[in-house]
Amino acid sequence: MSADYVLETRNLIKAFKGFTAVDDVNLQVTRGHIHALIGPNGAGKTTVFNLLTKFLTPTEGRILFNGTDITAMKPAAIARAGVVRSFQISAVFPHLTVLENVRIALQRKEGNSFHFWRPQSVLNKLNDRAIELLDAVGLAEFASAQTVDLSYGRKRALEIATTLALEPELMLLDEPTQGMGHEDVGLVADLIKKVSVGRTILMVEHNLHVVSKLADRITVLQRGAILTEGDYATVSADPRVREAYMGTAASAEQDRINAEAAQAERQEEVDA
Amino acid sequence: MKINKLYLVLLLLALVAPFFLYPVFLAKLLCFALFACAFNLMLGYVGLLSFGHAAFLGTGGYVTGWLMMNSGLTPELAILLGTLTAGALGALYGKLSVKREGIYFAMVTLALSQLVFFIYLQAPFTGGEDGMQGVPRGKLFGVIDLSDNISMYYFVLAIFLFGFWLIHRTVHSPFGQVLKAIRENEPRATSLGYNVNDYKWVAFTISAALAGLAGSTKTLVFQLASLTDVHWHMSGEVVLMTLVGGVGTILGPVVGAGVIVTMQNYLSSGELGNYLHIIMGLIFVICVLAFRSGIVGELQKVWKRNFG
Repeated sequence: MSADYVLETRNLIKAFKGFTAVDDVNLQVTRGHIHALIGPNGAGKTTVFNLLTKFLTPTEGRILFNGTDITAMKPAAIARAGVVRSFQISAVFPHLTVLENVRIALQRKEGNSFHFWRPQSVLNKLNDRAIELLDAVGLAEFASAQTVDLSYGRKRALEIATTLALEPELMLLDEPTQGMGHEDVGLVADLIKKVSVGRTILMVEHNLHVVSKLADRITVLQRGAILTEGDYATVSADPRVREAYMGTAASAEQDRINAEAAQAERQEEVDA
Repeated sequence: MKINKLYLVLLLLALVAPFFLYPVFLAKLLCFALFACAFNLMLGYVGLLSFGHAAFLGTGGYVTGWLMMNSGLTPELAILLGTLTAGALGALYGKLSVKREGIYFAMVTLALSQLVFFIYLQAPFTGGEDGMQGVPRGKLFGVIDLSDNISMYYFVLAIFLFGFWLIHRTVHSPFGQVLKAIRENEPRATSLGYNVNDYKWVAFTISAALAGLAGSTKTLVFQLASLTDVHWHMSGEVVLMTLVGGVGTILGPVVGAGVIVTMQNYLSSGELGNYLHIIMGLIFVICVLAFRSGIVGELQKVWKRNFG
């Protein structure tokens, strides 16, 4: 039964001192799907992500990956098992070059990551593969640039290339288009579609347009619990979903604008 | 290319220096430079401020001193064993401390090093307040008599160069790449499957062993191992050296150690001796306020602006 599911949670609960952020969530992610996790602000989407990758420890419940219980595993071990996440704020290594960012991910399997007595040049044999991955996300020409100098959209693309380097069975993307301009959103959405071939993606996403375009299945969270599930047509027709969004739609929009303003500011600082 | 030339010039200077300056002073300088470089591996390249590195400096010193006085081993073996003991202590302390970050890491390392301080204060073999005096320098490989200050200096220079090379190599190795990634974005390094604490632990052990190497060598130079080397003042002094020279630069700690040790040496014997700590404090304040990246860091900036 569970063979169809790459990832399952059973009665997942996370409580912070009296506040239940994630309340009895039973999530099933089907192999090969792009599965979107949506919901108003504070619904617990990112908390679910943190639980799945063990950046937070669940209060109760179990997490199954390919039918195996991974609830007790450490974050790095989960990543090695094939569940690799991205973060809400772009997760790159700013003062490494773009190439080195991807190479860090490739390097682990080489088994020389503890070799402090060997020169860095032993890593050069990974460069071709790294360039290939960068090419796949359209960043090959920036390979030798310092990552900090990239635009926000390109940083997110680099993040995806780095994640792909691990060849994860399941990719968890936390708001991949957050804080992006219109064009970048389109680019990243296309990129996600492209890399989803042959793997499963679970993503948190605010942009419903992106969700409608990409997601095979959608889970709506509200106040930590699952409100409803289904494809885009089903979910968007559900009056409860509309109600959940109505009250907060305006503030979600405001958040998006704020995030964009903050990003523009950060970019200005970098440029200066 | 330019950097290599710079290293070559510095090496030549180091080779001819004992003919112009007092070799024991130069040897002392190199010992502290190595100590600061070892410390900088943690602060500059892992981003963890250890406030207990005196424990490793002192342990290396006491072990080497005791072996030279009691075992009849040749100096290179005594130094090797001192270094290994400090490294083992570092492995133990690292295991306990790398789980914490920032101020908590500093406090854990401070507490652990105070533990070591009190052991050395009480234990009979260290000579307590008097320290271990009259440690013989012995004959290197049983052949070269180190009681000659010039020979001693070149031996210390060789040790320093080895330590400096090892740190340079560690920073520019596959391992160093992972360290850099951890310093830049630890959660991301974790999400790529790296057990970040293991990497920090290995770095801490290397750093502790090299601090021990500096301590072992220093004991031979001064023929003395004392509580000064394990006192928390020493842990603070190495922070000062590294900050003045430039955190996270490979040459910064060497320059910083040079400045601080030279000041201590010349000021303490002169008129200003009583004001030494005030002057050092002022330098520290000025550095933190105005020259965040230290002497070498600031020079690098100027270089980049004009020639980069």
